[in-house]
Amino acid sequence: MKDTFTLGGREFSSRFILGSGKYSMDLIRAAVESGGAEIVTLAVRRANTRPGESILDHIPAGVTLLPNTSGARNGEEAVRIARLARELGCGDLIKVEVIHDSKYLLPDNYETVRATEQLAREGFTVLPYMHPDLNAARDLVSAGAAAVMPLGAPIGSNRGLAAREFLQILIDEIDLPVIVDAGIGRPSQACEAMELGAAAVMVNTAVATAGDVPAMAAAFRLAVEGGRRAYLAGPGRVLDKGAAASDPLTGFLGGGGEEHVHG
Amino acid sequence: MDETLFFTDAPTLGGPALEHKHRLERDPSARSDCMAYLPDMERIDSPVRDQVLAQAASYDCARYTAADVAAALARERCTVEDLKALLSPAAEPFLEQMARRARRETQRHFGNTVYLFTPLYLANYCENYCVYCGFHRYNGIRRKKLTAAEMEREMEVIASSGMEEILLLTGESRSMSSVEYIGQACALARRYFRNVGLEIYPANTEEYRYLHECGADYVTVFQETYDPAGYEKLHLQGRKRVFPYRFDAQERALRGGMRGVAFSALLGLGDFRTDALATALHVQMLQRKYPHGEMSLSCPRLRPTRHNAPAAQGVSERELLQVLCAYRIFLPYAGITVSSRERAAFRDGAAGLVATKLSAGVSTGVGDHEEKYHAGSCDGACGAGDEQFEISDGRSLREIYDALTAKGLQPVLNDALYV
Repeated sequence: MKDTFTLGGREFSSRFILGSGKYSMDLIRAAVESGGAEIVTLAVRRANTRPGESILDHIPAGVTLLPNTSGARNGEEAVRIARLARELGCGDLIKVEVIHDSKYLLPDNYETVRATEQLAREGFTVLPYMHPDLNAARDLVSAGAAAVMPLGAPIGSNRGLAAREFLQILIDEIDLPVIVDAGIGRPSQACEAMELGAAAVMVNTAVATAGDVPAMAAAFRLAVEGGRRAYLAGPGRVLDKGAAASDPLTGFLGGGGEEHVHG
Repeated sequence: MDETLFFTDAPTLGGPALEHKHRLERDPSARSDCMAYLPDMERIDSPVRDQVLAQAASYDCARYTAADVAAALARERCTVEDLKALLSPAAEPFLEQMARRARRETQRHFGNTVYLFTPLYLANYCENYCVYCGFHRYNGIRRKKLTAAEMEREMEVIASSGMEEILLLTGESRSMSSVEYIGQACALARRYFRNVGLEIYPANTEEYRYLHECGADYVTVFQETYDPAGYEKLHLQGRKRVFPYRFDAQERALRGGMRGVAFSALLGLGDFRTDALATALHVQMLQRKYPHGEMSLSCPRLRPTRHNAPAAQGVSERELLQVLCAYRIFLPYAGITVSSRERAAFRDGAAGLVATKLSAGVSTGVGDHEEKYHAGSCDGACGAGDEQFEISDGRSLREIYDALTAKGLQPVLNDALYV
């Protein structure tokens, strides 16, 4: 059976989205190929440069580009950068990133909602990067987002799902695809996000700074696939303490007839 | 620092100017109050200066031990006390461990990218008397100010090398390099470059706003030394003498709409450990106050100029690297620029380890890029202005680009959007 997810009417079977920052450019292609990524994000600010220096030149054909608005400090700037991305020929997909903090690079949910509203009105397929807050996620749904991209942990931190509880709430409550973005440092963490029910994960630093970039991209691919299969399989329950008695503790109550007692 | 080592008289200097210079050097009462603003200088109400200076004044680097350094390196988030330990002499034997930690932080925040830019000196007229500087008003150097046509020619030459980010510099003369003149240069530069930075005299918020609207997005102001007493003895005349106005320049620039600001002490002018501490705290406190602002640091050491060679001693490469590692560990998010004052092997080693930005194809003279980029087309008699300081790494953009690539680093020519 085909297991795909949809963004703005486009269907994707790979649930591993690769970021293109922090790399040696000649490694991007290898990472995309070994990771089997169908979507690659790119910063408009790194694409808006001379030929040969643009990341665009290093992304294999056939891959869907997901330009982002990094560098935007408020909603208005994000809108301007998104329009520039469209002018550069990057299409209508846009990952909205509004960051008003140069230290942790945490997304500004309020401004993100404003930008999403405007861009959805202009016909963009908007994928907003956000802090995993349920109210903001609902606002993004109302604003016309095509998915939500909550962070797992501070970007670049490789801390995995520090926001696990809140991600689970978003996955449970939001009907759009939930793509876990930022903070995933190891394949096991990507796998965990997929087990929770994320539609996809986005990874950048963990691959870009790996000792062997293509090998790490391949490891993420396997982990994402493994996590997804586990989610679909419906994992058995995990108990916090002790084990579940295979024999019912209340068996002595009997099922009606007193003689029907387990040994 | 014995500032008198810098006192030299240009042979061309005489009469009342020479007398005045000598009076400024010898008689502190002949100098203005360096803590008093001039009437046209905007005052902003900011507690940052007092906080930074208080920390610097109470810093006793001899108090820290190897145990403090080891604890600082073991802690995940570097505190101010940790920073003080990392800058202390006790940290010297830990340089390799500091470098390992610094590299990890640099990788985490910047991956393996290194940004490249080139400076363009627009003018070297200066009204200040900063005793250590090659451009100061009493130095008998060739002065020059680029005309609009000359600026454009220089920009064309630089842009044709592939450079996409430019840093425009002037000496500190409001009469010869007015805000409007600099604004004109910014507007011109925007046509040739993706990213325009400024390293000019400190200005008021509204002037920064105007320059931002002309196309500039970054402002660099070096405090030189954070010790007001030392500052007073080194900056004897001119607007730069006003310590607090200079200190608050980055805040005014951010309020004026600039995306980012850069900071530095000129290491070796004062106690370099204390100045490094103050610089890092200045960055940290402004980041907290203006969380959207992009922060970066430079780390110039005093270099010989035509006149000050005997005095330009002080901070070794090893000590410089210690400062840089401490900066990186304390401020993992900040950009760090290593200029061409340092030799090529040092810059190559620092890139990716601590540094995230290098200058390339540098000329610190005025109007000599064409000469430099097209060797032989001009023999020095074509009217270029003299340099501010001597550089140690004269490599072109291509040479530095290739050296970084060979190290497995990714040179980046542009990572900014003017919005």
